[in-house]
Amino acid sequence: MSDTSPGPEEVRHVADLARVGLDDEEVERFTDQFADILDYFETLEEVPEVDREADLVNVMRADEVRDSLTQEEALANASETEDGYFKGPNVS
Amino acid sequence: MSADYNIFVTEETIEGESDGPLADRTVAVKDNISTEGVRTTCGSEMLDDYVPPYDATVVEELKQAGATIVGKANMDEFGMGSTTETSAFGPTENPAAPGRVPGGSSGGSAAAVAAGEADLALGSDTGGSVRNPAAFCGVVGIKPTYGLVSRYGLVAYANSLEQIGPLAPTVAEAAELLDVISGPDENDATTRQEGAESDYASAATGDLDGTTIGVPTELVEGADEGVRERFEDALDDLRAQGATVEDVSLPSIEHAVEAYYVIAMSEASSNLARFDGVRFGTSGGFEGNWNEAFSRSREAFGEEVKRRILLGTYALSAGYHDKYYKQAQDARAWVKQDFDEAFESVDVLASPTMPVPPFEQGESLDDPLQMYLADANTVPVNLADLPAISVPAGEVDGGPVGIQFVGPAFGEDEIIRVGSAVEN
Repeated sequence: MSDTSPGPEEVRHVADLARVGLDDEEVERFTDQFADILDYFETLEEVPEVDREADLVNVMRADEVRDSLTQEEALANASETEDGYFKGPNVS
Repeated sequence: MSADYNIFVTEETIEGESDGPLADRTVAVKDNISTEGVRTTCGSEMLDDYVPPYDATVVEELKQAGATIVGKANMDEFGMGSTTETSAFGPTENPAAPGRVPGGSSGGSAAAVAAGEADLALGSDTGGSVRNPAAFCGVVGIKPTYGLVSRYGLVAYANSLEQIGPLAPTVAEAAELLDVISGPDENDATTRQEGAESDYASAATGDLDGTTIGVPTELVEGADEGVRERFEDALDDLRAQGATVEDVSLPSIEHAVEAYYVIAMSEASSNLARFDGVRFGTSGGFEGNWNEAFSRSREAFGEEVKRRILLGTYALSAGYHDKYYKQAQDARAWVKQDFDEAFESVDVLASPTMPVPPFEQGESLDDPLQMYLADANTVPVNLADLPAISVPAGEVDGGPVGIQFVGPAFGEDEIIRVGSAVEN
């Protein structure tokens, strides 16, 4: 295990950042697995700095009104709606 | 029949036009490709009742070509897995290797073709998810050059890496399906003109005259002995048909798996933020704190998906971004350069598609890192945005073996031509 691999508290912290609920068993398992996986990822340190020549161009289109989903279609997969809007939990 | 292998998440017939190049052909569509009015689950409990309000571009193209869609094929949850065992709808069994996994993540698509449940299938390939199950199920699978096929309506896992690709019993049939789905799409700004007037099907000539095949030694050394034997047999056969085979070296490849997983997980952690129990999925409740409600609804993700979202979040978080994500981008550029250099002296590169025969069911679930390492031969292609094909190359005790050919960008004709020679 590397010195820098996250302990259970850090796994919980990352889960909070990612908004993913974990139970205690998952925290324990992930702590072990992340140590192995991140150890392996650390071999990226050996990669030399590389000239990245991205040959990219922007793809633009005219900003014109066109047909889109109806409000009803857009809301069809929401678990709760109210007055034609998505319904979410309190923001506080 | 299909119930035996658990090939489809949803069996439903979607009729296409009465006329067209794929009239009277049946197609299985991976369940992360949107079908209007037919549920599209991505193999996830999060989307178990999600019904897309529109068709993916490739689905529209299938319908216009006269194809009949016969069902939505099972897959690893959101494409995250190499065995189709992370599906919330249970594992698919390999029709070509009883008791073994069909590979993944497009395992249902490959199994549908192998079992004769569909003539053809569509999968998606982010790090090998078309080629791996094609190899394990003994069918042909193509991962197109990035930008050849529209991703509009494909539920995103790692946008910079993935392409939709065809699976079929033969190279010519896979090429024929690729002709239908390739080409530019105004709804996907990353698509290019190259596939617009394609005729890949006629490239399946099996003609190897003057062809030089490079073999990256790094991708053969680690392979299982039986797999290597089948691979060498296939190369001997191609030599006998007139090809020249030479060793090449791609030193950057040693870092491809870790670069791939850092990039894929980072992109996934952002992409999957949309599954919040408000727009999709089941609500996490309305009382208390937004963040807690959001976290509760996301408990519906399976363990592999949670693992990748967390590792991606970690890799992008303050203090770690340079160490993981930036280094992975450098590795990606290095891999591209290595491939470019190799294609200055060879026409295509060949390797075993998978270094091992199909895993036994349940074998790899407990050790995620071991499962990631099995992707060593497929992920470099996605990092370099290149086209690749997997073609059946015989069997070993554990099941079918695939040989992979990688071509230069938009060199689909080349890999189809060489791949079809394996069938001679």
